[in-house]
Amino acid sequence: MVIKAEHINYIYGKGTAFEQHALKDVNLEIESGEFVGLIGHTGSGKSTLIQHLNGLLRATDGKLYYNGRNIYEEGYDMRALRSHVGLVFQYPEHQLFEIDVFTDVCFGPKNQGLNKEAAAKRAKEALTMVGLDESYYKRSPFELSGGQKRRVAIAGVLAMNPDVLILDEPTAGLDPKGRDEILDQIKRLHEERNMTIILVSHSMEDVARYVDRILVMNQGEKVFDDTPKEVFQHYKELEAMGLAAPEITYVVQTLKSHGVPIDTSITTIEEARDEIIRLLGK
Amino acid sequence: MGIIKTSKLIFDYIRKDEEENIEEIKRAIDGVSLDLEKGQFIAILGHNGSGKSTFAKQLNAILLPTEGTVWIQDLDTSREENLWEVRKKTGMVFQNPDNQIIGNIVEEDVGFGPENLGVPTEEIWKRVDESLKSVGMAAYRLKSPNRLSGGQKQRVAIAGVMAMRPQCIVLDEPTAMLDPNGRKEVVKTVHELNRKEGITVLLITHYMEEVTGADRVIVMDEGKVVMDGTPREIFSQVEKLKSYRLDVPQVTELAYELKQKGLDLPDGILTLDELMENLLPRFAERFPGEVILENGGSHGN
Amino acid sequence: MLKDITLGQYYPVDSILHKLDPRTKLFGTMVFIISLFIANDIWAYVIATVFLAAAIKLSNVPLKFMVRGLKAIVFLLLISVSFNLFLTPGTAVVSLGFLKITKEGIIVAGFMGIRLIYLVVGSSIMTLTTTPNQLTDGLEKSLDFLNRFRVPVHEVSMMMSIALRFIPILVEETDKIMKAQMARGADFETGNLIQKAKNMIPLLVPLFISAFRRATDLAMAMEARCYRGGEGRTKMKPLKYGNQDRVTYLIYFLYLAIIIGLRILRVQSF
Repeated sequence: MVIKAEHINYIYGKGTAFEQHALKDVNLEIESGEFVGLIGHTGSGKSTLIQHLNGLLRATDGKLYYNGRNIYEEGYDMRALRSHVGLVFQYPEHQLFEIDVFTDVCFGPKNQGLNKEAAAKRAKEALTMVGLDESYYKRSPFELSGGQKRRVAIAGVLAMNPDVLILDEPTAGLDPKGRDEILDQIKRLHEERNMTIILVSHSMEDVARYVDRILVMNQGEKVFDDTPKEVFQHYKELEAMGLAAPEITYVVQTLKSHGVPIDTSITTIEEARDEIIRLLGK
Repeated sequence: MGIIKTSKLIFDYIRKDEEENIEEIKRAIDGVSLDLEKGQFIAILGHNGSGKSTFAKQLNAILLPTEGTVWIQDLDTSREENLWEVRKKTGMVFQNPDNQIIGNIVEEDVGFGPENLGVPTEEIWKRVDESLKSVGMAAYRLKSPNRLSGGQKQRVAIAGVMAMRPQCIVLDEPTAMLDPNGRKEVVKTVHELNRKEGITVLLITHYMEEVTGADRVIVMDEGKVVMDGTPREIFSQVEKLKSYRLDVPQVTELAYELKQKGLDLPDGILTLDELMENLLPRFAERFPGEVILENGGSHGN
Repeated sequence: MLKDITLGQYYPVDSILHKLDPRTKLFGTMVFIISLFIANDIWAYVIATVFLAAAIKLSNVPLKFMVRGLKAIVFLLLISVSFNLFLTPGTAVVSLGFLKITKEGIIVAGFMGIRLIYLVVGSSIMTLTTTPNQLTDGLEKSLDFLNRFRVPVHEVSMMMSIALRFIPILVEETDKIMKAQMARGADFETGNLIQKAKNMIPLLVPLFISAFRRATDLAMAMEARCYRGGEGRTKMKPLKYGNQDRVTYLIYFLYLAIIIGLRILRVQSF
């Protein structure tokens, strides 16, 4: 088990007029190599939670274990933790600052203490992973398109060779094709490198298609933790929380409510198509 | 002519170096001729880079044509004397909610436009009241924008534009930075404005679900108009849309896939209800006695 | 939470002071500060104290908010008081080796300390009872005459107002960028001064770029709403003096007259 959270509580602005209990007794376990989706409405605590996982925020209460060690114990190297648990924030292209793409991607490895050659090697690998070839290396990050900038930013985190990669809404603001490309790339990272991936997203359709497991946050609490099929069966509860299930869920649930003997755990278009054809076939 | 008309519109982005020598010319709009009718809800779809945002900026003279002409209610946008009239008639709402709010409190921001127009104080208050009401944000009028959600901020921006009493509103990807709830809020608000106030709405987006209620959908690619019709007409052409890097609502795609597998379904199914209308009878045939056609439970979509 | 940081920290409550025209308050603060420098005897300070106490009472703002501003000048206060205490020549009262505290020193230090404290509290009253927007409006209207000297009063006022609006946003953005770079192993804490300055680049460059981007977007949005400078603009909330303002101005003049009078009369007093 690579990440374990025990009774995590986070209160910010403690004692002031703006006190907010952002995380309430959150427990979770993430196994190495899992592809986990994290969903929740704005203000549900999901962004706060992921910042705990790489030590950017410190829990007010509770324990957090990375690879078996409690990260809150005396002398724990938080900076090293961030080399293992990479976090890509929303709109990561806003963090680009170097003169050219290659140098920017080298920033992470350099901070890890790698020498020039080693950092360059990592940068090359990372840029290849996100599909940017050599022609981009010397270009200024600021003259790239939005989608390209985003890939540079993601490469910047990949270059640190993390075991766990957390992405906060990596598809925000991208057009449909751009969304698919980024998610496919992430899927490939998961498959080819066996990286543990945590994907924070608002899009149920995306989450349903790519992840093995979904965590649902609501008002600072973890309310569901299960496979997509299981979680989306609770579509009515999700709605009450201001979330939704993929459109397909509504299709199959509506059919079911009319008496069609359809499997309601279907969450993707392909599954729905095949099942409907099967049911209507000769 | 319609409220917005363009004729053979061409726009180039020109990049110059320090000595004003031309470094690169990029053609963003490549010959667009459109005639948009008053009172309609028109959606412009396109992937990032298709030219749709550039087109939007032509409509209130933020950008001027390199070639061709743009008319807003018979006013040629390229003529300097028309500039402020054009901007009065065509209000614009931008993508980033924060970067278009100027006031430190909501009602002051909504009043910003009328102040610029030299509207007398009393009239400003009247317009601010009406506009805030029309977007459902009257309860927030004394709040700081920093306390609002993205969807609320965009509604304030819309109110700010409405306070100028425009003929049409152009919304340039207003929902790109919002969460699903915020998106719904904004689209619902502009649909209501279109219906109740008769304001012509031009919604620029790449989210398909926002477009199903439009009167007319225009698809842009590489600076040209490549598809133009009703939502139903446009969404029937799933393969074509995909080739333009766009998507269709899951319901539409499912219907398309089923059709590919031999099921006889009409084109352009846009909503859950329409899909049910077409599928349930078949299921009723296949499973007589088991499947009820009548309402077995409503599921919002 | 960070979104609530505003300069001067307006305290929203109902009071006579809150209702005054911002120009009246600006002028009043100026009058008070001037009076602190004219006053040089105990009676003048007594009058000034009465004036300040009345203002505090009338503002309906809890005293602890007034005192907050003092935290910022604690250091300055200590330094100036000590300097005056130990370095003023005159008749010694206490001697510790070569350091001596004189009678004159105590008096000077005392007045200096009071002056500083009153200055800060007096200014706080103004910012606690006036919204940032009212302040910029007030400045714009009262400095209007500078337009004749080609000073772009309206533009400066608009800039201040927009700056105030975006401070919380930029503060939040700084936090985000910092976290994003820390996630890439950036270290903003260790190192000497030069090191720390260098380490700020990954923070400052994106921040500047973001600020420029916002400025460009905002300019476009303002133009889209027909902004073209101060010419021909009307005001949603025009500043108009009321009777309470007129009375207040009268009080100012009386107050200043007394302070100046005391100074003239007691020219030898200190």
